[in-house]
Amino acid sequence: MSHKNVDTLKSEAKVLWADLQGKELKPKDRLAIPCQDMPSQEPSVRIRNMAEVAVGYSEEQVRVEASRCLQCKSAPCVKGCPVSIDIPRFIKAAEEGRFEDSLAVIRESSLLPSICGRVCPQESQCQEHCTVGKSLKDVNRAVSIGRIERFVADYERAKGTKNIPQIAPSTGKKVAIIGSGPAGITAAADIRKAGHDVTVFEAFHKPGGVLVYGIPEFRLPKSIVEEEIHTLEEMGVDIEPNFLVGRTRKLKDLIDKDGFDAVFIGSGAGLPKFMHIEGENLVGVLSANEYLTRSNLMKAYDPEHAATPTYKSRRVAVLGGGNVAMDAARTAIRLGAEKVYIVYRRTEVEMPARVEEVGHAKEEGVEFLLLRNPKRIIGDEKGRVRAIEVLSYELGEPDESGRRRPVPIEGSESILDVDTVIVSIGNDSNPLLKQTTEGLETNKWGNIIADEDGKTSMDRVYAGGDIVLGAATVILAMGQGRKAAAAINRMLAEEV
Amino acid sequence: MNKILEKRQLSEEVFRMKIEAPLIARERKPGQFVIIQKDTNYGERIPLTIADADPDEGSITIIFQTVGKTTHEMALFEVGDSFENVLGPLGQPTHIEKVGTVVCVGGGIGVAPLHPIAQAMKAAGNHVVIIMGARNRELIIMEDEMKAIADELIVCTDDGSYGRKALVTEPLKEYCESANPAMAVAIGPPIMMKFCAETTRPYGVKTIVSLNTIMVDGTGMCGGCRVTVGGETKFVCVDGPEFDGHLVDFDNMMLRLGAFKEREQEDHHQCHLDMEIAKKKQGALR
Ligand SMILES: Cc1cc2nc3c(=O)[nH]c(=O)nc-3n(C[C@H](O)[C@H](O)[C@H](O)COP(=O)(O)OP(=O)(O)OC[C@H]3O[C@@H](n4cnc5c(N)ncnc54)[C@H](O)[C@@H]3O)c2cc1C
Ligand SMILES: Cc1cc2nc3c(=O)[nH]c(=O)nc-3n(C[C@H](O)[C@H](O)[C@H](O)COP(=O)(O)OP(=O)(O)OC[C@H]3O[C@@H](n4cnc5c(N)ncnc54)[C@H](O)[C@@H]3O)c2cc1C
Ligand code: SF4
Ligand code: FES
Repeated sequence: MSHKNVDTLKSEAKVLWADLQGKELKPKDRLAIPCQDMPSQEPSVRIRNMAEVAVGYSEEQVRVEASRCLQCKSAPCVKGCPVSIDIPRFIKAAEEGRFEDSLAVIRESSLLPSICGRVCPQESQCQEHCTVGKSLKDVNRAVSIGRIERFVADYERAKGTKNIPQIAPSTGKKVAIIGSGPAGITAAADIRKAGHDVTVFEAFHKPGGVLVYGIPEFRLPKSIVEEEIHTLEEMGVDIEPNFLVGRTRKLKDLIDKDGFDAVFIGSGAGLPKFMHIEGENLVGVLSANEYLTRSNLMKAYDPEHAATPTYKSRRVAVLGGGNVAMDAARTAIRLGAEKVYIVYRRTEVEMPARVEEVGHAKEEGVEFLLLRNPKRIIGDEKGRVRAIEVLSYELGEPDESGRRRPVPIEGSESILDVDTVIVSIGNDSNPLLKQTTEGLETNKWGNIIADEDGKTSMDRVYAGGDIVLGAATVILAMGQGRKAAAAINRMLAEEV
Repeated sequence: MNKILEKRQLSEEVFRMKIEAPLIARERKPGQFVIIQKDTNYGERIPLTIADADPDEGSITIIFQTVGKTTHEMALFEVGDSFENVLGPLGQPTHIEKVGTVVCVGGGIGVAPLHPIAQAMKAAGNHVVIIMGARNRELIIMEDEMKAIADELIVCTDDGSYGRKALVTEPLKEYCESANPAMAVAIGPPIMMKFCAETTRPYGVKTIVSLNTIMVDGTGMCGGCRVTVGGETKFVCVDGPEFDGHLVDFDNMMLRLGAFKEREQEDHHQCHLDMEIAKKKQGALR
């Protein structure tokens, strides 16, 4: 992926659109329209700031991109969307320049389009099934559904018109939401709409979940998350930060003593995994959660104002190949590291990170050491990280996950000089609620067991998002929040 | 917002504050702590033990020592000011049980977190021996409160300016030899806890320590507070803060405490300057 200048992209689109406008386009013509790249900050500039990397389509770009859609009758893209957005219909409206109508279509199914448009792994969801991508034999040349979604959501935000959803007359029922990530936010909105009182309890001092503490500003500006939270407040949802359910108050007490009629748990997957290798507790080994929380939530990237320190690094190894690893690596670059490696034990094809972020990381100078896995971390005489010993791998037969299993190559050890190791090999579920709540059933990974509706083993208690799925995605968490909200609304309606 | 209801300076570096926190006051148990953040946008989250609580009044008491940027700034807060964020109670409560004689050892500021534990040990019917130590007379805190609880109380200073001239490990060793205590609880600087654990080890006296690692969230999310206990990685905020002192890898813990030294030292220098300026300003106003 080579970087193209923002103005070039925009003026190319202008010419294209002038040519396309008003024409009757056959499928063959549509397939011939070039894909519109996302304009982004110059790599050499953006590695020195925290501002959003992708700056968004121009009006012409979005209409050109939307013109690529074939409006398939069977809409295979919709089947790839976890919340079944009517994709052809919103793209049609965008093509015709009816951006508000387009957003209205998305809003029928999704509550957080400006967030999902930025962070959904489209290439493995809607765009994976897109007929255009299939015809051109490249998923990366499918219709850029996510970028169009982002454009129409931003278009409305830029105009500053906001519609606060209608709230049904008060039912006098109270619902508690634990956690303010995408699952919690979505459930809160849908339950509030039905006229119930809603209180969101959040352990951190700022609501938003991973959207504020994990995903960096340069990928998802915090102002967008704040706006979503503000809308919730305007709907009359009560948000209580600094409240750790299980400690500040037991979950059961919320129901038995505080009068909540139902509880939704959206507490996320916040327990960092470590590799259990030698040297893991040396100074300079951090979980991605710690690194990113210091930087994002507590703004350690701004040492002039922030009291929270960050670890000073020159050479960084990030272990893992997911979005979290990309975010940590790119944050390290911005915090001034000279050299940043991603160490991943499979190949780029198997990497779970979004393709766009892998591309961005490469543009920013992150070096990918694939088919490599650390064996131990080596410290200096002061107990600080000096290097890691890395073992090379090759891909063997597929394992239960269907991916080819990485097999270590005997005697392939090598030493990589680094002073910081950021572990981002995934998260388990936080055990606190399980430990402090009798009767709340979890599976062997510590995830809360919930049925189709999000109903847990406890009466009146529902759960969704990462705490049920294990570390998953924003849109899946949202989808589960909606389902559980609908079930809670049904349950409460029956009781009136 | 958590309003400061009372403030007292206990020694040159140690402050006690009673702050409004009704929910925490109601739920907290000995051994637990809070995370305080002065201001939401740029503040650092720092862990402090809940030294006392009054559920009726809806208040908790914290006692802190000025060591770095945030604690220095907190010391400038006055009654009526508020901390924007207080989260808690966090951590596992102390396991309180009647076991016989319990030796409670507090070093410096460690006397503050030791206080509620000693109180509960006494209430459970134990014979409570308290040893408290500090570098010098000025740094001794809460002597009266401890006296009120203890069946026996020994105060030591490193320089002999008050009480016995000794490190706390000396009387601890004597007790282990003569009194056959059922257990010891040691809270203070890591180096002191380490040597207390080494002192009791040969006598097989079970020794509980309360670890003060660097923390971010305090809920098990960041892993920053991890320590090695009995060869296993534990998170102090959720598995602790109390552990069996004979199993803790103190050397690694002390190394990890220094992880952010560079930045802290820069800040420390700056906050001393700022403190002086602020103090002068406050003086001028009076
Ligand atoms: C760095 C990073 C990058 C990611 N990038 C992407 C991406 O590009 N695309 C994508 O789709 N997904 C991404 N994800 C995953 C996605 O963010 C999560 O799947 C999603 O946020 C899960 O939502 P949730 O609502 O279940 O939980 P979370 O967002 O984890 O929110 C849970 C909230 O609950 C709070 N909480 C926990 N326990 C308690 C309690 N007992 N009491 C009160 N509050 C509590 C937590 O403090 C937290 O705020 C990323 C994740 C990370 C960490
Ligand atoms: C569970 C727990 C309970 C605690 N209870 C108390 C208490 O009741 N009273 C009290 O005064 N202190 C207590 N501490 C220590 C307190 O949290 C630190 O002194 C405080 O975070 C320092 O913040 P700062 O910004 O002022 O200093 P910083 O600028 O962050 O650090 C200054 C110096 O203090 C050291 N330091 C940094 N963080 C910590 C830490 N978490 N613990 C110990 N040393 C640290 C650094 O190595 C550095 O040398 C407790 C810590 C824990 C984990
Ligand atoms: S599959 Fe692709 S081309 Fe077909 S409707 Fe969906 S987005 Fe358009
Ligand atoms: S402080 Fe973050 S896990 Fe303990």
